[in-house]
Formats: sequence, structure tokens, C-alpha cells
Amino acid sequence: MRVLTIVRQVPDSEESLKITDGRVDHSGRKLVLDTMDEYGVEEALRLRESGVQAEIIALAVGPPQVEEALRTALAMGADRAVLVETEIALDVISLSSVVAQIAASEQAELILCGGQQADWDSHALGAAIAERLDWPQATWTSALTLKDHRITGVHDADDASESFEMPLPAVVTTQQGLNEPRYPTLPNIMRSRKKEIRREQLETFGVTAKLRVVGVEIQVKERLKKIVDGKDVAEAAEMLVNWLREEARVIA
Amino acid sequence: MILMVVENSGGKISKSAYELASAARQLGREGDVVALVLGSAVGSVAAQAALIADQVLVADTSSLGQYDAELWAAAVAQIAREGGAHTILIAASRSGREYSPRVAVKLDAPLLEDVFTLEAVGGALQAERYSFLNRVTERIETDAPVAVVTVKPGAFAAARPASTPAEQFDVDLELPARRLAITGRTTQKSERISLTEAEIVVSGGRGVGSPQGFTELIEGLADQLGAAVAATRAVVDAGWRPYSEQVGQTGKTVQPKAYIAVGISGAVQHLSGMNKSAVIVSINKDADAPIFKITDYGVVGDVKQVVPAIIRELRK
Repeated sequence: MRVLTIVRQVPDSEESLKITDGRVDHSGRKLVLDTMDEYGVEEALRLRESGVQAEIIALAVGPPQVEEALRTALAMGADRAVLVETEIALDVISLSSVVAQIAASEQAELILCGGQQADWDSHALGAAIAERLDWPQATWTSALTLKDHRITGVHDADDASESFEMPLPAVVTTQQGLNEPRYPTLPNIMRSRKKEIRREQLETFGVTAKLRVVGVEIQVKERLKKIVDGKDVAEAAEMLVNWLREEARVIA
Repeated sequence: MILMVVENSGGKISKSAYELASAARQLGREGDVVALVLGSAVGSVAAQAALIADQVLVADTSSLGQYDAELWAAAVAQIAREGGAHTILIAASRSGREYSPRVAVKLDAPLLEDVFTLEAVGGALQAERYSFLNRVTERIETDAPVAVVTVKPGAFAAARPASTPAEQFDVDLELPARRLAITGRTTQKSERISLTEAEIVVSGGRGVGSPQGFTELIEGLADQLGAAVAATRAVVDAGWRPYSEQVGQTGKTVQPKAYIAVGISGAVQHLSGMNKSAVIVSINKDADAPIFKITDYGVVGDVKQVVPAIIRELRK
């Protein structure tokens, strides 16, 4: 079977952000494979290591430099990759159409997708892909097994953790706790350089963006930064409680 | 019409329904506000919804006894189509976030996710939301004829119920078969106030030292303040606390009046879940910890000494 893992490239969360011309500017910033997607790549590898015959395809939609994120996925162990090139920042619903078309042409039976994207703060991609393909979905999955063409696992619901079962084909969205993604080893990095990345152009997929971003602003709330040294513990505690009672008025 | 989906569980209407009603009234688009109630034995939910909407549509059937993304999406899309809804409002809860994309795809509509403002501007719909791990505010716009919107919990004030109820109508739905079977359920019940509704949150990181340290320091301080308890990913990963208490990118997002971070260094992934708190209080032994950069009131010191001293001070 073929497993499609969605790969997105996002700013390193430790780096500061800047805005140029009404967009978050990535120039000169370190971009990385979204951690949430790493869980997906790792899980695909683990399913294969558990005995499932699988070809693992990493898919990314974005500008040419997204190749770096795909190379990371290939170095972790994915077999090949597809890169749909575009400079347009597509909204999630439009993007899901591109992913669904690739999944259909690749005859994928399982799609793994990050539970939240660290650039859009969106949770929608997995479910939107599932709807496009008319597949079931399990979101925020924290455990997964695949046997006899059925998936069983554990995922988070509104106020509970649920165990579930569903048939393939299906979409699974990942989250922290699902696994511990491996670091690519040097031999695997070398090997991954020879792996195929097929390039496509967005224009051939017939999608147009449904949303426009008309303004972006970096939110910085100025904080008071009143910090007291806790060498004299009782005095520091008294000062803090006093601030919270008298100045911030957040406690009675 | 503006269609709002009334979230409910265990026969009770959720707080988010009142917030959606507010968002619908402030929108500035024409049309009735129609509440859709989905579930089994939801008569009292529908009765409460009738006090905040212009009309209530009820699908009360045993097949909707348990939430399912595909069923909910089919139901909402069907009602939206039949009623010619131009705006569909859904709470940005875990379930709302999970079935709303399906509704958007079914209706060929854009999805405005997790918005905290929403307004009609000319023929377009504009909304604000956070992106880049809660660090950027984006204003998004669409002029599509139909839009699906998920509304951030707590962003809109709760609508005040009217004195006369709106009319209720039963609806017939064409529902697909369930494909995702739920085979077990673990509810994490807590006697404490819920994390997302609490005015004060006391949160612990690895700096509290151990599960016992967490209980003594974090629960101890929370008890004293009537606060909710939260934890970092590291603490949850270590198995000290349940996932339901996790705040951050992969956990809950909270915005209390005061967030008290104890023994938390302040990784960006954690900050993204709490950086909108009104007042941030930090206690950490490392004066260079990133958490102090977004701190209003802080103590540099050993949490095992400082927190008990604070509890003593509060008891005075």
C-alpha cells in the first residue's frame, strides 16, 4: 500500500518573526519541517517497520525551498517525494484539493497529516482532505496500529481520550505523544540525496485561493517585567502577593 | 440566514452557543439567526437555544447520540443548503475544528478558522485570528457567497437569553453511515474549575522536580487561589500529569486573568498556549529563562522555597 505523508515547512519556532509588505517574511530565517508533520513521517516508518508493506511518499505544496523539508523526510526514511511548486499561499480548503488529487493519482490508502500547522495555526487540513476523498478521519491521534486493512488507535476528543477503529483508506492527523521522531543518520542523509522528488506546478491542479490575508501584525503585549530576587524568600513572596492583590488586582 | 450549530454534551447546552449567538448578532449581515441542535434527547438544549436564536432547528435522534465528524458535517451542510445560509458559525472546540473543514468542502466555501472578531465589510466577510503559534494576528477576508467560520472560545461575550422563546422545528436529515467506530472512552474528570474557564491558572513545568512536587506546589497554590491546574508538555510527556492539563501548541490555549508559571522555562510551544493571558506571573530559578521576557510579576528563586512562602503569605 502507499502512504502519503504531508510535509510543511515552517519558521523555526525559536526564531523571531518579521513582517515585510504585509506578509510574514521568511528571508534569512531558518525554516524547518513542521514538528507535527515529523510525527506523520515517523509514524509511516513505524507502520512499515511493524510489518506493513508500504511505500512512503512525502508530499509538499509550496515554494522551491520546501525541497529542504522534503529532503528531511526522505533522510528519515520516506521512499520518494512530490513537490507541487507555487509561491501562492493557499488556504487550507484549497490546498486540500491539491492533496486529494495527488492522493488519487498515487492511489494512496493512508494519509498522515499534522494535527496543527505551526504557521497557519490551522487544524483543518486532514479533515478537508478526508472530505475531498470521501474517506473517514481520525484526528489528534496519540497511538496507531494497522492490521488487516483496519486502523485502530487512540485520539483526543472534546473532553475525553477515545479508542477508535476505522477501515482504510483513511486520513489520520498526528500530535505530540504519537511517537518520538528519529534523527536522520548520515548514511541515510547521503542515500536520500539520490531519492526522487517529482515536481509539479500548481497551475495544473485548477485551484484558486478562497481567502485573502489583508493584514498581519506581530502581537507583542508589553509586559511589566517586575522581577524580584527570591534570596529572601519571605520578603519576595510578600512582595509578589502584594503586587497581585494591590496592583494587578487579580487575587482577593 | 446565519446558521449557528449549538454544541451540547450530556443534555446540556455549551457556553459556546451563547458566544456564537453574540457573534451572529454583531456580524452585520442580513438574515435570521438559526440555531441547529444535533443530538439525542436534546429537548432542553433546544429550549435554551430558542432563547438566543430567531429560529431553532432540531434533529433529535438516537443516531446522533454520539458525535461523529462525518455525520455532523453532513447534517450541517444539508441544513445550510436547504436554508440558503450565507454564514455558518461553529464553535472552535476540538470537534468543531474537526468537522467544520468537511462542511466547507461540501459547500465549496472558505473556512475562517478560530476567529476572535468577525464582521461584514461591504459584501465581504472579515475576521481576525492568530497564526504562527499565536504570535501573529492576521486579518482574513473572503467575498465568497457562503462562508464557514469557527469561533474561538471566549472571544465573544455570551448573548443574554430573551424572555420569549423562538419557534422550534424538527428536521429530517440524510445521514451517512458511521465509519469511525469509537470503542472506548476515558474521561478525565476533575473536581477543579475547568482550565479554559478559570480566571487564574497555576501551571507547573519540570522545575517542580517530581510528581509529588507538582502536587504539593502547583495543586497547593491552586487550592489556595481557587485556580485551575495546568502543565507543560515536558511534564505531561514524563507522565506526571494527564494530557488534559497540558497548555501549549499541542494542548489547550488559555487566556486567564492571571497565569502563574512555576518552574517553566518558557519554550515557544508552551508560550503559544498562554501568551495572551492578561497578567503573567513567573517563578523560576534561572533569571535568564525566556519566560521572564513575557512576565509581569516574577520571582527568581527556588520554586520549592518560593511557592510554599507564597502559600503562607496568602493564608495570612
